[in-house]
Amino acid sequence: MIIQWLFYASATIAVVASLLVITSKNAVHAILYLVVSLLALSLCFYLLGAPFAAALQIIVYAGAIMVLFVFAVMLFNISDEDVRREAQWLSWQAWVGPTVLALLLLAQWVLFIQLAPASAMTETIMVEARAVGATLFGPYLLAVEIASFLLLAGLVGGFHLAKKLPEDNQ
Amino acid sequence: MWDMELLLKITLLVSTLLPTAALLVWLERRLLGFWQERCGPNRVGPFGILQSLADLIKILFKHDWIPPFADKPLFVLAPLIGALAVMMSFVVVPLSPGWMISDSHIGLLFFLAMTSLAVYGVLLAGWSSNNKYALLGGMRAAAQTICYEVFMGVSLLGVVILAGSFRLSDIVQAQQGLWFVIPQFVGFVIFIIAGIAESHRLPFDLPEAETELTGGFHTEYSGIKFALFFLGEYLGIMLISMMATTLFLGGWLGPWLPPLVWFLLKTLLLICFFILLRASLPRPRYDQLLAFGWKWLLPLALVNLLVTAAIKLTGGT
Repeated sequence: MIIQWLFYASATIAVVASLLVITSKNAVHAILYLVVSLLALSLCFYLLGAPFAAALQIIVYAGAIMVLFVFAVMLFNISDEDVRREAQWLSWQAWVGPTVLALLLLAQWVLFIQLAPASAMTETIMVEARAVGATLFGPYLLAVEIASFLLLAGLVGGFHLAKKLPEDNQ
Repeated sequence: MWDMELLLKITLLVSTLLPTAALLVWLERRLLGFWQERCGPNRVGPFGILQSLADLIKILFKHDWIPPFADKPLFVLAPLIGALAVMMSFVVVPLSPGWMISDSHIGLLFFLAMTSLAVYGVLLAGWSSNNKYALLGGMRAAAQTICYEVFMGVSLLGVVILAGSFRLSDIVQAQQGLWFVIPQFVGFVIFIIAGIAESHRLPFDLPEAETELTGGFHTEYSGIKFALFFLGEYLGIMLISMMATTLFLGGWLGPWLPPLVWFLLKTLLLICFFILLRASLPRPRYDQLLAFGWKWLLPLALVNLLVTAAIKLTGGT
């Protein structure tokens, strides 16, 4: 019972923090709300019985990728002027379209959950790291390989962009 | 429903950690004095042991100033994040067989997650101070931490392969025959280097290098908030020493003496080693630090991981 309430609490935090990400006028604050949202999601994963995914969520997303985001935004030297401009952009007209679309999606999702047959699973089963690894490198090996190709492409691209050009080529 | 014993343990741990961190400041200053042929603090109490208490009283009475140009909520939050993230990690440290607050089966990952969150303290302090020195310090901290975090994780995977578990008590038990410092010597050295960089201690204290950045990320901090950063740093040293003891030096294992004593002895030895490093090594340049990390330590950690995995796979020990 308490696990259920914890789950709903952290899910609510995740949703509220995500809303604040898009409504924050200061970019660094927005990123921090994203970090909060990711941490709340990690707790959701844990409560759903996936501690390994929860830990990786913090280590990879909250601890590394978001730090890089903050790092990049810190260089922009955000001033009050930027905050004011951001406030101008966030007018209510800009909200209408996305809100309607998101509500439609939500309605579909609720309908889908209503129609779907009730799940027989009532207890959460803890999935150990070993099981995750065995699944990743067993049935999903191809997906892992494709993802690694994607990352490699990104790495090569980054290297190309950061490479010093020879003198005569400039 | 509440486990009273657990609550008692947590209270006891927190209430011993904080004074120990303060005592560590005194120990460091005394040892530095000893190695540099001077006295160090020796006036307050016997051997100056109450020096930290005097410092604490002084720092509590200082004006707790928030600069008007700072981002106030973040400025207040940053030192708390830094200190809390480090303190959270102590939850998984197994001090002795009967003394573990949480023996989680993802204990090692929890430690890595908390150390990766600790960087936000420094990063946000640097940014929210709205001061160029602080910002430079914060950026250095970010680049340094990301770089060294990567192969800290990779260097620990060798241990995980040998022990076959992320659970810290299993890792200690797996060292019954041979401490992992011998088969995983490369991993041990890389972990120690990464640990110093993570807790941004000398010689890797570039985020706060006072000769070039005044105070780095904590330039604008004073009073109790500054003390929190200080506390976080010393707790960080303790944490890294405890983790190195657990992962490589056999944790609580050892003959004759009770397990807890062994654990604390090994930890103390490592802490003294960290202080000796501070006393003897100069600070590298910023680009040297990053180049050394990415170009040498990361490939070395990967090779170590591959070799360990290959040996394990072919059925060696």
